[in-house]
Amino acid sequence: MDRQVDVVVVGGGSTGCGVVRDLARRGLDTVLVEKGNLTHGTTGRMHGLLHSGGRYAVSDQKSAKECIEENMVLRDIASHCVEETGGLFVKRPEDSEEYFQEKLEGCRACDIPVEVLDGEEARRREPYLARDVEKAIALPDGAVDPFRLCVSNAADAREHGARVETHAPVTDVLVEDGEVVGVEIEHETGPGKRVHHEPGTTEEIRARHVVNATGAWAGNVGEMAGVDVEVRPSKGVMTVMNTRQVDTVINRCRPKGDADIIVPHETACILGTTDEEVDDPEDYPEEDWEVDLMIETLSELVPALEDARTLRSFWGVRPLYEPPGTGTEDPTDITRDYFLLDHGDRDDLPGMTTIVGGKLTTYRMMAESISDHVCETLDYEATCDTADAPLPGSESEARMEELMDEFGLRSPVARRSGQRLGSRADDVLDEYDPNPIVCNCESVTRAELQDAIGEAGSDLNAVRLRTRASMGNCQGGFCTHRIAAELAEEYPEPVVRDAEDELYQERWKGQRHALWGEQLSQAMLNHMLHATTMNRDGDPATLDEEVDFGAFDAGADDGAADADGAGSAGTAATDGGRANDDAAADGGR
Amino acid sequence: MAITSDVLVVGGGLAAVTAAVSAAREGADVRLVSHKASTLRQASGLIDALGYVPATEPAKPLRDGPPTAGRELDPDEWPDPEGPLADPFEGIDRLPESHPYRIVGGDALRDGLDLFDDLAGDAYRGGHTERNALVPTFGGAVKPTARYPAAAEAGLASDDRPMLVVGFRSLTEYDARAFAGRLEAAGVPFDVAGAEVEFAEAFRADAKITRLAKALDHDEAIDGVPAREALAKAVSPHLHDVVDEDGGVDRVERVGFPAFLGDDRGDEVRAELADRLGADVFEIPMGPPSLPGLRLEDRLFDALDAEGVRFETGNPVVGVDSASDGRVEAVAVDRKGRTAPYGADAFVLATGGLVGKGLDSDREGAREPVFDLYVDQPDDRYEWFVDDAFGDQPYARFGVRPDERCRPTDADGAVQYENVFAAGGVVGGADAAREKSASGVSLATGIVAGRQAATEANQ
Repeated sequence: MDRQVDVVVVGGGSTGCGVVRDLARRGLDTVLVEKGNLTHGTTGRMHGLLHSGGRYAVSDQKSAKECIEENMVLRDIASHCVEETGGLFVKRPEDSEEYFQEKLEGCRACDIPVEVLDGEEARRREPYLARDVEKAIALPDGAVDPFRLCVSNAADAREHGARVETHAPVTDVLVEDGEVVGVEIEHETGPGKRVHHEPGTTEEIRARHVVNATGAWAGNVGEMAGVDVEVRPSKGVMTVMNTRQVDTVINRCRPKGDADIIVPHETACILGTTDEEVDDPEDYPEEDWEVDLMIETLSELVPALEDARTLRSFWGVRPLYEPPGTGTEDPTDITRDYFLLDHGDRDDLPGMTTIVGGKLTTYRMMAESISDHVCETLDYEATCDTADAPLPGSESEARMEELMDEFGLRSPVARRSGQRLGSRADDVLDEYDPNPIVCNCESVTRAELQDAIGEAGSDLNAVRLRTRASMGNCQGGFCTHRIAAELAEEYPEPVVRDAEDELYQERWKGQRHALWGEQLSQAMLNHMLHATTMNRDGDPATLDEEVDFGAFDAGADDGAADADGAGSAGTAATDGGRANDDAAADGGR
Repeated sequence: MAITSDVLVVGGGLAAVTAAVSAAREGADVRLVSHKASTLRQASGLIDALGYVPATEPAKPLRDGPPTAGRELDPDEWPDPEGPLADPFEGIDRLPESHPYRIVGGDALRDGLDLFDDLAGDAYRGGHTERNALVPTFGGAVKPTARYPAAAEAGLASDDRPMLVVGFRSLTEYDARAFAGRLEAAGVPFDVAGAEVEFAEAFRADAKITRLAKALDHDEAIDGVPAREALAKAVSPHLHDVVDEDGGVDRVERVGFPAFLGDDRGDEVRAELADRLGADVFEIPMGPPSLPGLRLEDRLFDALDAEGVRFETGNPVVGVDSASDGRVEAVAVDRKGRTAPYGADAFVLATGGLVGKGLDSDREGAREPVFDLYVDQPDDRYEWFVDDAFGDQPYARFGVRPDERCRPTDADGAVQYENVFAAGGVVGGADAAREKSASGVSLATGIVAGRQAATEANQ
């Protein structure tokens, strides 16, 4: 019989990764299963805002207080995932003065440090702000890299004995005698890291408790266990600009509305967002009006956005939840708070707990509370230390600064690598010599890619998320093949080819929403490079039919080619001359 | 004094040069104005005519409406293209009716290729036959092409001699082992091995390919050893890497390198390497910046000189200066911020497509910015694409719609200006990338537009 573990956590987003880390650090035997990559669902599809709490300071002060508290925690324990950009809530002439004051008071009431700036001072800090911005509230918003955060949590969990399985969708929740006793999963390419062409397997994992941390998908897992979880998924668009028009998070200071935030993120800016309830978190329309709305509305705050280059757009689905019977109509009014649903209490089905709602900034607090609950259920005593223990990569800020100066790469590249790797930079960058840049837009070197391949196998989207390779202006046009070539060190050719195609197609999906102006030119250039020059679409290696190589030109010196060639007398004479030159040029072969 | 000529060609790529030379050969006085470096530096240097007839219908009907998240789970699928075609002319009839080849005819392609052979001279091969060659390019795939640089000749995939592909640890464009594996997967009729060697390590980790070419041109010393000798030494241990079907070891008879084997003295570099290795040496066409593309550009501009075409680069043509009775009299050229009229009896527009900025676009639509010609396109920008990156992308066919004399027409098929002709990437209707027809379309429309412009000017 299969060994029983203490806890299976379903869902590799920020909540699931936080829970598995917390439980593992408390000494429980824990497994995390995720159907795609880590952050595959909502976590990987957000704007990367580290909330100061300012956004909720009027409407939901409980959430606001949690945000500012956790904001400060993450700056400590996840310094290599956070950029302390600061944030502004800006007021345009048509925005309500009364609301501005309410926002200010709300922030103060929630212990969010604020400073009021006049328009001139706001523009001194952010020169691209519109001339008619009247004033702003400065507060400690920040940018967070959700993927790096999740990977660090998962890595720490693994160091504490947990097992992490990605590309392992849950196919069934095991219920025996009215109790959840585990899950059945499908390893798409076998256990461990994902490698193309490796056969799939299934596995039953028996556990004393199952945590359903699948967010917008919580209903699907609930259904497998025979319980209802009424998530109300709500979609939001995010549009990625090719440069940082602003270095501070810019929020529009008004009650609520679409298209009211700009988050600087790494080399880009992300514009967000919309809030529309959808039926199915897997299948909802992605429409051009949403993209247009981002650009047009946010241009009121930063006029340069109107003509700036967008790289792509993507949509995420919020896992909103409200207790049955609340009946809020507008999804923007549904609480952002999180809910812990113990199915033993709620549905008379012990052995499983679902967590829904909430947001990335408070993921650690949510994880702590669900871990407390699980420990209580399992009658296990241990204390939580996740608010104090730094994540791998963030152990030493001083060391990170040192590393940025240390590596023999040109300095902006070293700086970027250092920022991504944090205190792991030493181990990673020392491995490779030569260490050329593979992705030029984002300055990603071979060493970083090889490190990521070591963790993620031939899954280049997972490699991309770890390194940012292929996420810049060219959207992979100049580097998907180069990234794939890095796989050849370890994997055979068909794996390289399929991995390359998968990454290229994924990059294309987001660009569909940015197909005008410079990005359309870029798309055309990418198409010419990959289809015309590399012939990726017509490569005989990928076609079903075999190619008769003998029917093609084998060179001017080839007797057979001349015999049935259709050349006229004129071209034949030219050929004769050429053949002689050729012999001379090649050193008399 | 006003600047005038019989024919004014706008653009600086293959189509522009073809049009300018063919107009000049008809006796016209020709001037060529181009904005900046042409897109040839991004091209492989291969001259494709027609390699495939790609599918224009998906395997099952496309989903209607905007993209949905769910389309990622249910992608549109496109059938394999027909090809590779051994005979580029044979597939023309099966292209869509709006394809430029269908409009100007296969003979225009034939004439264009002949003109190219004449201009390229010894530097190019393939003119001895109408059949396509299969040339390995840097992705490791072979691709059908009508003409290829002499430097690539020993790499043809229909040649059955054993091959070694060389890659360099510090160059990231391809991995030689995966390259060789892909050739094998294509079923090539020769044994092949790939070897990653150390050589370029002597240069900075991400040295430009042009830097390596220069070192080989000048045979610079690397750690005291001349560059060509050093390169041969790095490769020599791998000359017996090829293993045939029966497990026997073959000595390779040809060795492929990324296309950086010298710039000005490429022939000399290849000859010396061939001599040192005792095997033919060839270049693998690469992505941008592409030395074969740059070499071709130099050669074409030399040809312009030889044909007596005056040319100037650096000044964009920004619009029509004057027009009357359905004819353009002069275009406006931006010369360092001041606009000057350039008059001519006939104009050839060869400004390129979306890449070369011959077509411009915003969220509302795509435009031709010089003459404001009609560009056929779906109104909704969410109908400009399909979900498979390699499907029949409507945006890839954007461009002006020519008549049989290459004069752009409006939405109703009426000629827009009697004396304006279009050639190359600005002409729509072809999916040059999937068809492998980019150069051929430039040559066929270039020669027709050039001749017709000269005829128009002579009247």
